[in-house]
Amino acid sequence: MLADKDRIFTNVYGFQPWNLKAAQKRGDWDNTKALMALGQDQIIEEIKNSGLRGRGGAGFPTGMKWSFMPKESKDGRPNFLVINADESEPGSCKDREIIRHDPHKLIEGALIAGFAMRARAAYIYIRGEFIREAETLFAAVQEAYDAGLLGKNAAGSGYDFDVFVHRGAGAYICGEETALLESLEGKKGQPRLKPPFPAGAGLYGCPTTVNNVESIAVTPTILRRGAAWFKGFGRENNHGTKLFQISGHVNKPCVVEEAMSIPFRELIEKHAGGIRGGWDNLLAVIPGGSSVPLVPAKEIMDAPMDFDGLRALGSGLGTAAVIVMDKSTDIVRAISRISYFYKHESCGQCTPCREGTGWMWRVMERLRTGDADIGEIDTLLDVTKQIEGHTICALGDAAAWPIQGLVRHFRPEIERRIIEKQGGALEAAE
Amino acid sequence: MPKVKVDGIEVEVPVGATVMQACEAAGKEIPRFCYHERLTIAGNCRMCLVEVKPGPPKPQASCALPASDGQEITTMSPAVKKAREGVMEFLLINHPLDCPICDQGGECDLQDQAVAYGRGHSRFAENKRAVTEKYMGPVVKTIMTRCIQCTRCVRFAEEVAGVEEIGAIYRGENMQITSYLEGAVTSELSGNVVDLCPVGALVSKPYSFEARPWELSKVPGIDVSDGVGTNIRIDSRLREVMRVVPRISEEVNEEWAHDKTRHMVDGLTRNRLDRPWVRKGGKLQAATWEEAFDAIAKVAKKAGDSVAAVAGDLVDVETMYAAKKLLASLGSNLIEGRQTGLAYDATNIAAVNFNTTIAGIETADAILLVGTNPRWEASLVNTRIRKAVKKGAKVFAIGPEVDLTYPVEWLGNDMSLLAKLPKAAADAMTKAERPAMIVGGSALKVPGGQAASLALVDSLNLIRGDWNGYNVLHTVAARTAGLMLGYALAGGMAALAEKAPKLLFLLGADEADLSPFDKSFKVYVGHHGDKGAHGADVILPGAAYTEKHGIYVNLEGRVQYSERAIFPPGDAREDWSIFRALSAVLGKPLPFDSFGELRTALFAEYPAFAEAGLVRFDWAPPALKAEAIAQGTEVAYPIKDFYLTNPIARSSPTLRRCSAEILHGEDFAEAAE
Repeated sequence: MLADKDRIFTNVYGFQPWNLKAAQKRGDWDNTKALMALGQDQIIEEIKNSGLRGRGGAGFPTGMKWSFMPKESKDGRPNFLVINADESEPGSCKDREIIRHDPHKLIEGALIAGFAMRARAAYIYIRGEFIREAETLFAAVQEAYDAGLLGKNAAGSGYDFDVFVHRGAGAYICGEETALLESLEGKKGQPRLKPPFPAGAGLYGCPTTVNNVESIAVTPTILRRGAAWFKGFGRENNHGTKLFQISGHVNKPCVVEEAMSIPFRELIEKHAGGIRGGWDNLLAVIPGGSSVPLVPAKEIMDAPMDFDGLRALGSGLGTAAVIVMDKSTDIVRAISRISYFYKHESCGQCTPCREGTGWMWRVMERLRTGDADIGEIDTLLDVTKQIEGHTICALGDAAAWPIQGLVRHFRPEIERRIIEKQGGALEAAE
Repeated sequence: MPKVKVDGIEVEVPVGATVMQACEAAGKEIPRFCYHERLTIAGNCRMCLVEVKPGPPKPQASCALPASDGQEITTMSPAVKKAREGVMEFLLINHPLDCPICDQGGECDLQDQAVAYGRGHSRFAENKRAVTEKYMGPVVKTIMTRCIQCTRCVRFAEEVAGVEEIGAIYRGENMQITSYLEGAVTSELSGNVVDLCPVGALVSKPYSFEARPWELSKVPGIDVSDGVGTNIRIDSRLREVMRVVPRISEEVNEEWAHDKTRHMVDGLTRNRLDRPWVRKGGKLQAATWEEAFDAIAKVAKKAGDSVAAVAGDLVDVETMYAAKKLLASLGSNLIEGRQTGLAYDATNIAAVNFNTTIAGIETADAILLVGTNPRWEASLVNTRIRKAVKKGAKVFAIGPEVDLTYPVEWLGNDMSLLAKLPKAAADAMTKAERPAMIVGGSALKVPGGQAASLALVDSLNLIRGDWNGYNVLHTVAARTAGLMLGYALAGGMAALAEKAPKLLFLLGADEADLSPFDKSFKVYVGHHGDKGAHGADVILPGAAYTEKHGIYVNLEGRVQYSERAIFPPGDAREDWSIFRALSAVLGKPLPFDSFGELRTALFAEYPAFAEAGLVRFDWAPPALKAEAIAQGTEVAYPIKDFYLTNPIARSSPTLRRCSAEILHGEDFAEAAE
């Protein structure tokens, strides 16, 4: 279990105020100037050494991402840092807690990360539904400006840096980095074609890095306590601490910071008060937010909760939004509901996702009631394969994976419903 | 130059080429819906997926992926085949498959590609989506259930037409293409979305349910609705032109055509002159050719050489040549083509020509418009200027402010500015590498306008090396050829009126003010019962542009050949043959008995017409006396109503409706179908 002294998010439960004064007491903004004095390349090197992988879901090494940014502008275009606070993945609620209770970690991180990637400014794109959180963030940014921590000569470092907060209008797809940039530019939030990647041409055509809130918020602490400290947690290639968001059929759902690679059983026992009805009552877990495939109980129980461990189970860590489902769950209905979510949130730009998500949801609804043929399960699986990897952004994949996970692990359950509906007996093929 | 391998075939492609272009260079067909050469890349249909190594282990959209050295592209693998089948299936699940009643049937990308790349059966057991109809104006009919959301129309409207009036609303499978507030698309280019639409979602409203593509005979022609000389394909069935669509011509119209080009053809069956008429007792009465010719011969005998001819806007070179020859045989050279009274000096055609060429104006980096509204006077020149602006060109304009679809710095409606250009504009022009000036008819009409604009050639240094930036924008199809044939008297129509010709031939001249010619015996040779015919004493029915072979010279001096698609209606005849027959009646037979002989004679006298392509005019501007233009000399653009500029267009119900609805804001209630 992570010791209290090793926690980065010391106010994630909101026991203390979020404001600058309280944050400074917790150690935020403590001689930020000195951290920046490390120099841009040294900061990136330190983050690379810490083994921090992006906390937004894909797990791309953060330091490496920063190093893609041009070191000098050849044509006068500035660099930008964009922070993705459009946390809309069902199950995820970590960025919200950070912004609510520890916004200065994010803002300080924005300054340091922005400085490291030679950005002129950071844009924080916050989800439209986060109304109170946006208010907090606006106020926190203002506090930082008033205290001279942002703006000209930010935090006395001699570096000019601005932070802008932009509110989204409530679309899941705007959490996709290029759709977020489109939305930020005032256009319809539809993902862009890559290449060009944002590091080459992002916001307003300028080199841009899009990072998750958590990835940015942990950087000041990593620099303060050293890469080696951060690297001390977790297994090889899966280092650091992570905010886990445990929801569903546990006794005490919570958001908690833990070391990476913590076994699932330990995570649930120590922080969530165990599974409702005991471990025998566990049916399945979606370990990383709605877009990753579910993992059945017996496979997840002792699995390490990290990128590679869950990947080995055919799922993923995603945002570490752990959705626990016990045996009272109608698992087909649960996945069908997720399918509806993706159908509803598909932007409509490219064909497979636009047409496929609706198709999948409709078939899922029939599978839920058993009003289908056995053969349609394979058709559905084939349709998910036709979407996966054929779309502009990853929403197509995200819509396909939950269904693939369901069919992989719960095919007998789906077949049972169909057979029951058809009158209880399998019919010979004609 | 990157070298890539496509299915084992090594090809070298230019820098910046896409994988799709590389595949095409290797002779591989890549199916596509959203991709279009002249629009930005959307990459959203996902039909063009191919496998590319090195790269992620999933198929890539070839339209959007840059080709780079050493790539290995696979277009035929099972994975690619499966990906295409998958996308095709997705496109079809919500497509109505109402091909038997769809106007696109037979020329539909979706149909063709479904056959070539689809599975042949559907696994979709759910209900199909239905989408409510939208309204996009008088020429575009929508059946939005058929839409596959390729967004070609959206991109066309935004990028080429310059009107941000088509867009997509809602998201996911509810995404719908619609016009702004479901109003008419107020672009003169709106009809192009019909060609762009790969399915039958946007189809031509006047052409709906008229014909199937395989019933049509298709003939290459040249459009006469403006001076651009848009290359068109005339699709006809039996004796009727069913529609006109643009042909690809990189130098002239790329692959666009404006709505007048497309839709004036439904005026070809209306208001036609299909028999001769002779005025008896003040009233036009139907007559035979003999009676009509006799009536003319009677006058001609007395008239002697007091004969004149006014060429209209739509006539071809052969008609003007035959008429000129007839007049010459009678001893007259009173021929004029500038019906509306323009009287600029046309002794040097280069000085009244579009010298940068239409394609060349795209490369200009500073453009000065003088008394011209190119959007209406030559819509497809305007799209080129728009392209130049997108590349960074700056546009200044003298004249009344209008929306040209790109940013323009309006210097004011005051022609005296020609003599004293504001410094910013003059500097921008002189500092530019390829400055261009476009002078419109309204500026040439101002006394001293031509001299003042020609004076700018030197002061702005418009001619540098092989770049000649002085352009005159003619608005009618017959103008340049007319000038080449000498249909330009010093003094123009006013000078002609002073001569008071006893016999006046009107070659389809419908825009001229005929009041000064009250005493003249007027013979109208043309195809529509418009203004010219109403005032005529004898009407000889001729052929419209779709009904005769003809040569046209566009505003940049490009000789183009148009072919006959159908025959003229009733007793109407091809115009040149009318003059040939009349010459026999007048006892001065013209020296050609067939169209071939006419062309031989024409080419012998004017070799420039013998070859399609740009005619080289030598730059030798006339020395004109500078004439002070009073301060505050305002002009008005010559075209008052874009849709109704010629007799065919005025007879077209479609264009009348376009005019009423788009330009005059009338509402049209539509009955539900």
